[in-house]
Amino acid sequence: MKYVLKKFISLLITLFVISILTFTAFSVIPGDAALAKLGIDASPEAIAQLQEQYGLDKPILERYADWAIHALQGDFGQSFNYSRMSVSELLATRLPVTIILAVMSLLIIVVISLPLGMLSAKFSGKWPDVVINQTTQVTMAIPSFFLGIILTVIFGIGLKWFQVGGYVSPDKDFWGCVRYLIFPAIAVAIPKIAMVVKFIRNSVLSEINKDYVRTAYSKGNDENQVLYGHVLRNAMIPVITFLAMVVAEILTGSLVIEQVFNIPGMGRLLITSISNRDFPVVQASVIYITAVVVVINFIVDIIYQLADPRIRTS
Amino acid sequence: MKSFSKIAIAAIMIITLLALTACGGSQGGSGEVKDTFVFGLSQELTDLDPHQETDAATRSILFNVFEGLVKATPAGDVKPAVAEDYTISDDATVYTFDLRDGITFHDGNPVTAEDVKYSLERSLRINGEASPLKAISSIEIPDEDTVVITLDKGNSEFIYNLTCAILEEANDADQQTAPAGTGPFKIIELREGEYLDLAKYDGYWDAEALGDYVSNVRVKSIATAQDAYVELQGESIDALQYLTVDQTKALGDNYNIVEATMMLVHGMFINNEYEPLKDVRVRQALNYAVNRDEISQQLFGGKSPLIQTHGYPTITAWYNAETENTYTYDPEKASELLKDAGYENGFDLEITVPKNFTQHVDTAVLIKEQLAKVGINAKVNEVEWNSWLSDVYQGRNYQATVIGFDISSLSPATWYVRYYSTSSNDMTNFSDPEYDAAYDQAVASIDHEEKLELYARLQQILAEQGASVFIEDPADFVAVSADFTGYTPYPVSAVDFSLIKPVQ
Repeated sequence: MKYVLKKFISLLITLFVISILTFTAFSVIPGDAALAKLGIDASPEAIAQLQEQYGLDKPILERYADWAIHALQGDFGQSFNYSRMSVSELLATRLPVTIILAVMSLLIIVVISLPLGMLSAKFSGKWPDVVINQTTQVTMAIPSFFLGIILTVIFGIGLKWFQVGGYVSPDKDFWGCVRYLIFPAIAVAIPKIAMVVKFIRNSVLSEINKDYVRTAYSKGNDENQVLYGHVLRNAMIPVITFLAMVVAEILTGSLVIEQVFNIPGMGRLLITSISNRDFPVVQASVIYITAVVVVINFIVDIIYQLADPRIRTS
Repeated sequence: MKSFSKIAIAAIMIITLLALTACGGSQGGSGEVKDTFVFGLSQELTDLDPHQETDAATRSILFNVFEGLVKATPAGDVKPAVAEDYTISDDATVYTFDLRDGITFHDGNPVTAEDVKYSLERSLRINGEASPLKAISSIEIPDEDTVVITLDKGNSEFIYNLTCAILEEANDADQQTAPAGTGPFKIIELREGEYLDLAKYDGYWDAEALGDYVSNVRVKSIATAQDAYVELQGESIDALQYLTVDQTKALGDNYNIVEATMMLVHGMFINNEYEPLKDVRVRQALNYAVNRDEISQQLFGGKSPLIQTHGYPTITAWYNAETENTYTYDPEKASELLKDAGYENGFDLEITVPKNFTQHVDTAVLIKEQLAKVGINAKVNEVEWNSWLSDVYQGRNYQATVIGFDISSLSPATWYVRYYSTSSNDMTNFSDPEYDAAYDQAVASIDHEEKLELYARLQQILAEQGASVFIEDPADFVAVSADFTGYTPYPVSAVDFSLIKPVQ
């Protein structure tokens, strides 16, 4: 319980620091929301009027205080750019999309890299290991946005396996949405799969020389029994921690891939909002993404304890 | 535990299968008449309130939903819309409108003279001092079908400002979320970041004219121009504007290319307050040193009309074509002028361009090379659009920039006020007493011939004084699916969906 409380306080501190950083960054960069909205033909009067409406004419500390007090009450305010919607409404439509995409990517990563990593470790130094090693070497080097473009050209435009830009929102057609997100999820997953495979392989190999493995063999277990029954469990502990880091990377990867596949998720919202200087939306998005990453790390810590009794007792 | 790897393999197979079945959903049956026109927009639509000043793309879509007393025509004039007819008094101070009988808003309610008055006042309230409607001194309603607008002084261009959208007074509270207009298309749904769905309005005053034209339109928001082009290749959208020459060549037979112009005054705009540029000879030297033809050839396949003043060649009524002979491409002459001005060793010139517009960046790079030939040391500085707006446009803290000015109003007074010394949007800091005097006269004049002459004079001054390096009205290549015909370019920001016809 004490542990959970400690984690929760550190979450709050992280969010506070992040909100200050975003706020400062926004105050430093040139341009403002009123200008972005009104564009080139705006009159100075109209700009001043809009700045007042957005509260941009107030001193910087007062603006932060205003924002923080409302945010603590769960009110992230009104979007400057999407004038018809509150920030909470906007996030409620965008967040699920990114979460579905991230979960799909994670599933693909786990499901593919686990067997490949084990295979690679089992045949360490032999041809399957070499093949897997060389392939992952290449796929690790491809950035996911580039992979996204390649997938679009081959499977979207060439083979027409999916409709380019055929996105449907999950509330309209959930499975249609999932279907469209398969290729974006693959694009996010492939570079990460390479990393995870390598990590699993090394983790398994470092376990394989330990004493308990020799004991397990001497008790009469065959190779598969040792590998899957004993080694895997121990090798998984560092892998789980690593996966938590991968989740953060999946989220950043989704932000980029959403641009390539024209998916209206958090990533596109964030990028559009930054270029429009839509401060309330950017601030809230950054807070949300940070919170998600921190919470996932927290959950992983708990899983970690479940997987390793030694950590549980200490 | 051995079963684990089997489960994993099974899972991989299931995912692969899923991926495979994901295909095939997209084969649209060819040969059918398409009922929905999907228009790609490499930008998001965020605001549906026609009275809020917004960007050109939003205006071009809302053109289909809202109408003013008059509306723009493809020829660059206006025609009666909500009003059936109008008269202008001889001194151009009293505008009398006769409202169309039986005209209704999209919710079915009739348009009243009160709605007209409400709409003009609302637009004025929102846009404040800067609104051209500021010139109205009174709006009267002598009977329920007539609106009389009186101006504080005569202005024969005022009719162009009455394209201001007419909204329903009873709907006042919901104008931003669920606005109702009188246009040929009504709003069905806006999904921010995804699309705007429009459908033909059956009660449109000119419903007969809509006959066999397309009944549904989806305006699809796409993050960037490049992604939009990919969707065009994937045939997810039926039309896309602003293609490059190379892109048009790479498209197959499924698309026709409509050639128009972007209706922009595209050029290198210069800060007349920057020390070397204060000298008219240096500004003229720039005009001789820039090879307009090369720029149009490289970027627009040579299809752009070239200009040497702030003017729109396709609006022939106001354009002064004589300005086109002011300069020729002549680097030697440019060097000579620079020498006369005391800059025989050239000078430094920073060209600040918004990096999200490739045509501006590419133009700046070409200009940089051209200026190097006459010894001017130009540097291209790419900045974010928002920084450009605040530093260059608002702050006028720049030396030179490449940008294009579109038409937000058909009234020429709004174009030429950009070079009026005390104007808030005199971005180039151009200041010339003769220009200011001619501008005042032009706006005040109600005699059409005199007005034409004065506006021609303004364009001549801008060219001779080298207020900036005006280059072209860039060619615009619009890809339209072979399933549809009727895409018609407009001189103002407008994409007219009521002219789009599915191919039978």
